[in-house]
Amino acid sequence: MVAAADSDGPLAGKGRAVTVRAPVAHFRKPSVLPGFGLTLGFTLSYLSIIVLVPLAALIVRSSGLGWSGFWSAVTTPRVLAAFEVSFGLSFAAALTNAVFGFLVAWVLVRYDFPGKRLVDALVDLPFALPTAVAGIALSALYAPNGWLGKPLNELLGLKVAFTPLGIAIALTFIGLPFVVRTVQPILQDLPPEEEEAAASLGASRLQTFGSVILPAILPALVTGFALSFARGVGEYGSVIFIAGNMPGLTEILPLLIVIKLEQYDYAGAAAVGTAMLGVSFVMLLILNLLQQWMRSRHAR
Amino acid sequence: MPADTSVTAPASIAVPPAQSALTEPAWVRILLIGGALLFLALFLLLPLVAVFAEALRRGLGAYWAALTEPDAVAAIELTLIVAAISVPANLLFGVAASWCVAKFDFRGKNLLITLIDLPFSVSPVISGLIYVLLFGMNGLFGTYLRDMGVQIIFAVPGLVLATIFVTFPFVARELIPLMQEQGSDEEEAALVLGASGWQTFWRVTIPNIKWGLLYGVLLCNARAMGEFGAVSVVSGHIRGETNTMPLHVEILYNEYNFVAAFAVASLLAMLALVTLVVKTALEWRFGDELAASRH
Repeated sequence: MVAAADSDGPLAGKGRAVTVRAPVAHFRKPSVLPGFGLTLGFTLSYLSIIVLVPLAALIVRSSGLGWSGFWSAVTTPRVLAAFEVSFGLSFAAALTNAVFGFLVAWVLVRYDFPGKRLVDALVDLPFALPTAVAGIALSALYAPNGWLGKPLNELLGLKVAFTPLGIAIALTFIGLPFVVRTVQPILQDLPPEEEEAAASLGASRLQTFGSVILPAILPALVTGFALSFARGVGEYGSVIFIAGNMPGLTEILPLLIVIKLEQYDYAGAAAVGTAMLGVSFVMLLILNLLQQWMRSRHAR
Repeated sequence: MPADTSVTAPASIAVPPAQSALTEPAWVRILLIGGALLFLALFLLLPLVAVFAEALRRGLGAYWAALTEPDAVAAIELTLIVAAISVPANLLFGVAASWCVAKFDFRGKNLLITLIDLPFSVSPVISGLIYVLLFGMNGLFGTYLRDMGVQIIFAVPGLVLATIFVTFPFVARELIPLMQEQGSDEEEAALVLGASGWQTFWRVTIPNIKWGLLYGVLLCNARAMGEFGAVSVVSGHIRGETNTMPLHVEILYNEYNFVAAFAVASLLAMLALVTLVVKTALEWRFGDELAASRH
């Protein structure tokens, strides 16, 4: 809507004359537009019923255990092992995605090749493909007699399906678009002048990349990494088929929650769920701070 | 911004020889392109191809039989019903939320935006779990609901609730930035000229946001039909009754009925492909009128 942006000038005089912005400490700034009460009321009610009250129930349910009960529920060896599997493999997958996602974004922005638009559209496949479909497809591919599982096993002696490696591959599939789609726009908007300056001052292409391009991209790369990581920790559908689900070895946290629910251990499931939300929240907070620190360092 | 990208993009794609200081040698470029394409082919394309190859392994007859079997038909119907309820509900919410967030300034607006995005950062399994904790047999309202004879968990209402939760932000998150960028000058002009609130909404706002709306609904629908983790927790996996298509895929797969599992999965994969095609078409054709494709 370029037209709308352009009409900002001439209309602003006429339309805004009605809405005199009074310097009052009101809950909201006055406006001529109707429907504030209706839409805010509906939004808040819907949000509360669907999201806030049910999430509160999770906290209430796990707090019913008491602190010691909660602690002993989330520190059993099986739960701790699942924490390690979920967070460790999500980290590995997010790291893989940071490398290859950056490569894909770089190639899509900087180079020209046939079928580029098709490849660009394909990157969103993990967003669009239902996770269960991805799960059985990956599991069939990497099974001992699958298209990739068989050669990997025969040539390299590598077992993928029903091992932690299989989980990491599923999480890589799921998380890839997060990195590409966060880095791509930043790379696209990077002003060419800085690179030109570096080149004219005698920097090699690799030096320019290391000290001009990478620092500018790093915050976006970390954001993409964090999104991919967070998605991996919560992922269920694409993992359970390829994981093998052996307790302590290839059992992920979300699956453990499902198992506890199937045993009607509601409080235990709620405790693991709360702990999982808490740990992801803290990790995202740390990554956010790290990112702010990098931004301020780059700006300096 | 959109005008910006359309100017810079072609310049950075084509690499004239004079700019050789600003790009890599040809062999590096070819190596990087090759590496990226190989990675995408292995990780994205191959799983997609595998779905259709496995589905058609025993021929078209077996494929068709798997799709027309009564439990599969029931699963397809249930998926359509759940999407038909949850997508319009989130559409209504998305429009209301973006109207109040984008057109007005009030305290706590940023908190509201954060809360709207919250369901995206919750694991699908937890999205199902919270409703079981509320409405399940041992849940907070469990005994009350049982006395009333109402069943939510292991029934269609639970599936709908869990689906609404996981697809909650899609429409709102597309519309809020779009409407914020468009401002409210046009609406204010319409009102000053004597239009009523609803007239302004239908004749000024809706035409301005229609492609963004379609975009949001498209993504919302794809997720609603394909959701697995959340509905898996609340479904109870009753064949022919509370099995959506993704859950039916799981059951068939676990029964080693691979052809049938991949046949149903291929329908979902086709839905994903159609979604991607329409999404890409919208981005190419109406990129300026979508928030998602603006950087």
